Amino acid sequence: MTTDPVYVTDALIAEDIDAYLARHEQKSLLRFITCGSVDDGKSTLIGRLLYDSKMIFEDQLAALEADSKRVGTQGQEIDFALLVDGLAAEREQGITIDVAYRFFTTEKRKFIVADTPGHEQYTRNMVTGASTADLAVILIDARKGVLTQTRRHSFLAHLIGIKHIVLAVNKMDLVGYDKTVFERILLSYRSFASEIGITNFTAIPISGFKGDNITALSDNMPWFKGPALIEHLEGVEIAAAADEAKPFRLPVQWVNRPNLDFRGFSGQIASGTIKPGDAVRVLPSGKTTMVDRIVTLDGDVDEAVAGQSVTLTLSDEVDCSRGDVIAAADAPPEAADQFEATLVWMADEAMIAGRAYWLKLATLTVSATIQQPKYEINVNTLDHLAAKTLELNGIGVVELSTDKPIVFEAYADNRTLGGFILIDKLTNATVAAGMLHFSLRRAQNVHWQASDVNRDMRANLKNQRPALLWFTGLSGSGKSTIANLVEKKLHRMNRHSFLLDGDNVRHGLNRDLGFTEADRIENIRRVGEVAKLMTDAGLIVITAFISPFRAEREMVRSMLPEGEFIEVFIDTPLAEAERRDVKGLYKKARAGQLKNFTGIDSPYEAPETPEIRIDTTAMSPEEAANMIIDRLLG
Amino acid sequence: MTDTLTHLDRLEAESIHIMREVMADAVKPVMLYSVGKDSAVMLHLARKAFYPSPPPFPLLHVDTTWKFRAMYELRDRMAAESGMDLIVYQNPEAMERGINPFDHGPLHTDMWKTEGLKQALDLYGFDVAFGGARRDEEKSRAKERIFSFRTGTHGWDPKKQRPELWNLYNAKKAKGESIRVFPISNWTELDIWQYIARENIPIVPLYFAAPRPTVERDGLLLMVDDDRFPLLPGETPVERSVRFRTLGCYPLTGAVESEAKTLSEVIQEMLLTTTSERQGRIIDKDGGDASMEKKKQEGYF
Repeated sequence: MTTDPVYVTDALIAEDIDAYLARHEQKSLLRFITCGSVDDGKSTLIGRLLYDSKMIFEDQLAALEADSKRVGTQGQEIDFALLVDGLAAEREQGITIDVAYRFFTTEKRKFIVADTPGHEQYTRNMVTGASTADLAVILIDARKGVLTQTRRHSFLAHLIGIKHIVLAVNKMDLVGYDKTVFERILLSYRSFASEIGITNFTAIPISGFKGDNITALSDNMPWFKGPALIEHLEGVEIAAAADEAKPFRLPVQWVNRPNLDFRGFSGQIASGTIKPGDAVRVLPSGKTTMVDRIVTLDGDVDEAVAGQSVTLTLSDEVDCSRGDVIAAADAPPEAADQFEATLVWMADEAMIAGRAYWLKLATLTVSATIQQPKYEINVNTLDHLAAKTLELNGIGVVELSTDKPIVFEAYADNRTLGGFILIDKLTNATVAAGMLHFSLRRAQNVHWQASDVNRDMRANLKNQRPALLWFTGLSGSGKSTIANLVEKKLHRMNRHSFLLDGDNVRHGLNRDLGFTEADRIENIRRVGEVAKLMTDAGLIVITAFISPFRAEREMVRSMLPEGEFIEVFIDTPLAEAERRDVKGLYKKARAGQLKNFTGIDSPYEAPETPEIRIDTTAMSPEEAANMIIDRLLG
Repeated sequence: MTDTLTHLDRLEAESIHIMREVMADAVKPVMLYSVGKDSAVMLHLARKAFYPSPPPFPLLHVDTTWKFRAMYELRDRMAAESGMDLIVYQNPEAMERGINPFDHGPLHTDMWKTEGLKQALDLYGFDVAFGGARRDEEKSRAKERIFSFRTGTHGWDPKKQRPELWNLYNAKKAKGESIRVFPISNWTELDIWQYIARENIPIVPLYFAAPRPTVERDGLLLMVDDDRFPLLPGETPVERSVRFRTLGCYPLTGAVESEAKTLSEVIQEMLLTTTSERQGRIIDKDGGDASMEKKKQEGYF
């Protein structure tokens, strides 16, 4: 293949290296993904691209030839797939199990290929690889035609917003380079593609193994008029280049303050272009100012465009920190705190409606809760299904709310300001990827009403500091008993308090809730909100709930001002609580008459660092109450 | 089809974005500095990312005492020029036992580099370490994330890597865990060279051909950089015009015969050459097929 015009660079490199380098330096960068199922020849195609573009060296080739004979699947011929199957585990299994990135260059462009696996359980990997891609190559085995996984890959590529789809009908050598086979596949793909909204795609008949229609049109298929795969890849528009025409947005990553005289705002431009003197608006505050300088190590520059990492200074001293967005003053994006979004679930642990997760969008991280999905999408049939949760690789449409407004745009308009990840607050794992559709009306219309009498004034009148004593512990650990004693003592000391008891709240405010994980979370959320209102009123609030999940206790902690949430862990071992069994509930649970009972068939996550820990096996309720009050008022 | 930004512009912007992103969550970041060409590019990118501030982290050189003399010279010069603190760490146990590449084979790399790195990170309590690894270097690296999580004991579990979508990196970690961050993951060897040329970045002169005293041993051309090099019976150093494609401990790094004295000539030779970059290094070869993957699970960078 070295005689191919696409890669004939050797002569130029040898004769005029500087001319070659000058030309190479001007090449643009295209990122694409290849999707196909295990046997579609995906790795072979990538191996072929690397091989043809001379990205494989002699020593690698020697290793490849040896490997091909030892473990290859192509008999005595070179098995290109071995070039790209990296990890030891997957070499043994013969499939790729993660996203791998490969690099090659042609006369006109440099390419980064995300090699993503085709197995159904790896939706996660494909979405990951697709998120940075400008183009997707969807491989079809010419002998098999459009399969379920073809539909799945196409749907995912479309979902993630890839504008350029290439349908590569592979293994044409195995169907005698037959035009009718290709056309039949093309027809059936076209009808499916329009169903899911893919209006434009390019179909190319190829053989990755033999090299047909890869770098040049193949003599084996004179009926195909082009383009060859590489020619097409060299010609399509790069997504990031299209972003330059959109309004200016810069999510602020880092505030650069080397000294008192310099205050710069660093970040990567998400869209648009910027020049000194341009009017900008800092969001969410909404303050307007002008760009003063664009500062670089090599001196100030006159203009910067989408994709560049820059440092700007502004004409006025405006409040601006990480997570804010500097935007074109005349076309600013919105801010909102409630959204509809598509979620792709990526963790082994299923999504829990009502639980708070970290949401990271551009450079901002906020707390967000997700509601039960409106529906889940079956990636194979594209049917909308009812769902209570999303499991690993599940895709669904949800409503979510954030604890403060975030600056955003619809994902379809701006990947940077519309794409986000969700992070589990306890394990720190990335559990989901999401794409914002639009903000919900009610978020825009419900405004915060400021009142003249504030929480400090209310607390001062009562001559006390508001606080929330949050008791947590197993059923029968002694929470209610001790909480009750604490309130009695506070009352005697003329402190204004209110005790929210688990059982009592379930008679009224929360009587619509059961004991499933989701209901328990909602139970705690509501109690947290009520307790917060009461501390705003200046009260010392005492709550006595099992509150078994760490995440929800942390959620309530984050609702309150620093220091006001006091976690009181009533530490009674399960055996001891069960021995006491004041309400006879353990006996019922053991007999299977009570489901989801904490400690029996539902977990209790003990606090790791509670403000107060009460060991009820070592202390009487009276002593415990005194200790709590000492800590509260001391 | 015109694109305002070239591939180098985009790679540079991506690397700078990654470096700045680390600063959002890192408590005590550090940049690993091995004095090679990739380190040179990393340092340059860091200076660009935070200008006019100096990069807000120190440089860490995990030293083996067996680097080329020219590397030590450039290291000290660059630290001074960048205004960054330079920490040089040498594993005291390896020092005491006199571990060296001639007598101890793979133990040399294990103790000085792998153990030395872990010790240094633990000693200073660094929670994020920038490294200059690239995905095009080696097969198992092609799959590594840009933010790579390590357990409290510096282990790497390829199955527990976090998905990285768009340019969103999740840098949250538990106490004791650390992150290795690879800002130049998506650069190739050619990109590195071309960027060095474009930005005029200083590199160790050993990358350029010059007459140097060498001996041929086990198929590698080794440079006799100082008098610690034990010559075998009948071995005498021969002056050859050589250069290095990659730099490490001098007794473990093979030279190539070359006349390439300028960057353009080096790039020219690289493009026309037929062996891959890491071939001059012994480290990949022990342990067979999956040796780099294995080293990473043990904590090697």
